Amino acid sequence: MDTAISLTHLVKKFGNQTVLKDVNFNVESGQIVGLIGPSGSGKSTVIKIALGMEVSDGGNAEVLGKTMPNRQLLGQIGYMAQSDALYDSLSGYENLKFFAQMKGISKANVQTEIEHVTQVVDLQDDIKKRVSGYSGGMQRRLSLAIALLGKPELLVLDEPTVGIDPALRRKVWTELKAIREQGRSILITTHVMSEAEQVDQVTLLLGGKVIAFDTPSQLKEQYQVSSIEDAFLKAEGEL
Amino acid sequence: MRTLAIMNRVIKELLRDKRTLALMFLAPILILFMLKLMFDTNSTTNVTIATVDLDGGIRTELNDAKHVSAKDYTSLKSAKAALKDEKVDAIVKQNGSTYDITYANTDSSKTTATKMAFKNAVTTNSITQMKSTIALLAKQSGARVQTANGATMQVHNHYNYGDADTGFFAKIIPLLIGFFVFFFVFLIPGMALLKERSTGTLDRLLATPVKRSEIVFGYMLSYGILAIIQTAIIVVVAVWLLDIEVVGNIFSVMFVNIILAFVALAFGILMSTFARSEFQMMQFIPIIVMPQIFFSGIIPLDSMATWVQSIAYILPIKYAGDAQSQIILHGNSIFNLGLDIGVLLIFIIVLTTLNIVGMKRYRKA
Repeated sequence: MDTAISLTHLVKKFGNQTVLKDVNFNVESGQIVGLIGPSGSGKSTVIKIALGMEVSDGGNAEVLGKTMPNRQLLGQIGYMAQSDALYDSLSGYENLKFFAQMKGISKANVQTEIEHVTQVVDLQDDIKKRVSGYSGGMQRRLSLAIALLGKPELLVLDEPTVGIDPALRRKVWTELKAIREQGRSILITTHVMSEAEQVDQVTLLLGGKVIAFDTPSQLKEQYQVSSIEDAFLKAEGEL
Repeated sequence: MRTLAIMNRVIKELLRDKRTLALMFLAPILILFMLKLMFDTNSTTNVTIATVDLDGGIRTELNDAKHVSAKDYTSLKSAKAALKDEKVDAIVKQNGSTYDITYANTDSSKTTATKMAFKNAVTTNSITQMKSTIALLAKQSGARVQTANGATMQVHNHYNYGDADTGFFAKIIPLLIGFFVFFFVFLIPGMALLKERSTGTLDRLLATPVKRSEIVFGYMLSYGILAIIQTAIIVVVAVWLLDIEVVGNIFSVMFVNIILAFVALAFGILMSTFARSEFQMMQFIPIIVMPQIFFSGIIPLDSMATWVQSIAYILPIKYAGDAQSQIILHGNSIFNLGLDIGVLLIFIIVLTTLNIVGMKRYRKA
């Protein structure tokens, strides 16, 4: 099995504050890996290093077999940040088209790509409207649609389902699982513990270290609890 | 390719932001027009002088002078009351051969005009007296004295630039054109990039294979096009609507301003990386934008202290102002201004490079 993300002994300091102490974990091809941890545990920093926006002070970050930072590789990664990061005065369609151009999707495929992702996030009726008129949930969906553009080998999603209603959340997860079936990989951070139950591997990040890296069921067994949420709380308590 | 896509997007966003568009295109016109009104109305100074016990000859000369009227008061007390009520601008009191002049001095140009008018009146009066004395002496001695009475002297004025009505406004307008271009172009693109940073779209953009240089060039191009239109409008308004005479080539004027606009553009983008919010961007106005106006040449640089003069050399507007004045006032060709243009181009290259490197703060590759 190929490895989509391989993080080994990552260390990251900001000034004299050490945010990541020794982070090791892998995302294999065709896997959904959930990254969970309290705020300030370093989740965003891990993502930034994986995308090459930051460089680690120690250790190695390999994505799709190449050492990050690597600009060319970003074309194969779909990224969705915590903030919606959309151009308000443009329509949904214009936002999608712009990012499709930035990702380097060929002209011939742009149209079909946009149609496909629009359908996945259920925005067909509102795609011509300006983003300034979108509800919070619609903006979140558009943001996800942008990440899905170009069928990236790897998806990095930071809190993708915040502010999305349960019906749509289910739909999004169906799509994520379909992506996994195609052998593509997903790294996802979440606060919703019921979502954490659906991933293949859970990475529990606490105080800049990976406390646990296992399947949800084994994690629950290890901490002798019935849910990921309890495992999370127990791990936090033990530290 | 990506550069063009970014350019398209920025322009599209801008065209939908009517307020910013109005600021870029209408505000400079409005300000230029108001400046014109300010500087044009007050070109002549009229003074009224109160005279007390003044020699009749001097008083007549004073009254005959242009823009001066003399008013006789019987007592110093009533003259002082008039001065207090702002009815007169100065009081001239004669005590034998001593003249006491009291100025209101609330308007320095009126004080200067009064001083000049009085001096002229005294001189003219003494010449008239001398002439009549000489004529009297000649009559008594029987000698023939030729006086220049018949032949009147004629003075013809020729103006190398403008005409008799050319005022301060004509001198500062080339400099102000440059300043406006700098001011408006400095703020808006920086703000736009700042907004990209704060909304997170810059991060998202950098999470695609776009090159850092493509982002910088996209911004430079889109706002560059806007700056070109804006500069053209400002120059056209200044020249035709406000009737500013351009001795040199008007396209050279535009060219210099467009280069200055690109400097301001790159500078604004660079400064926006040091700001965390739109308000912090505004804080650059007093420390970056305002000094430009003082060193643009509105106040002659050679009258300043040497160390102050050397500051001007690091400010781009000095070079633009120099070139601008040379073209508008002296009719110099742009090809003789290689140094000024060259320095401005160096500013553009250095600032743009800094911008591209500076983006590394947000993405390491």
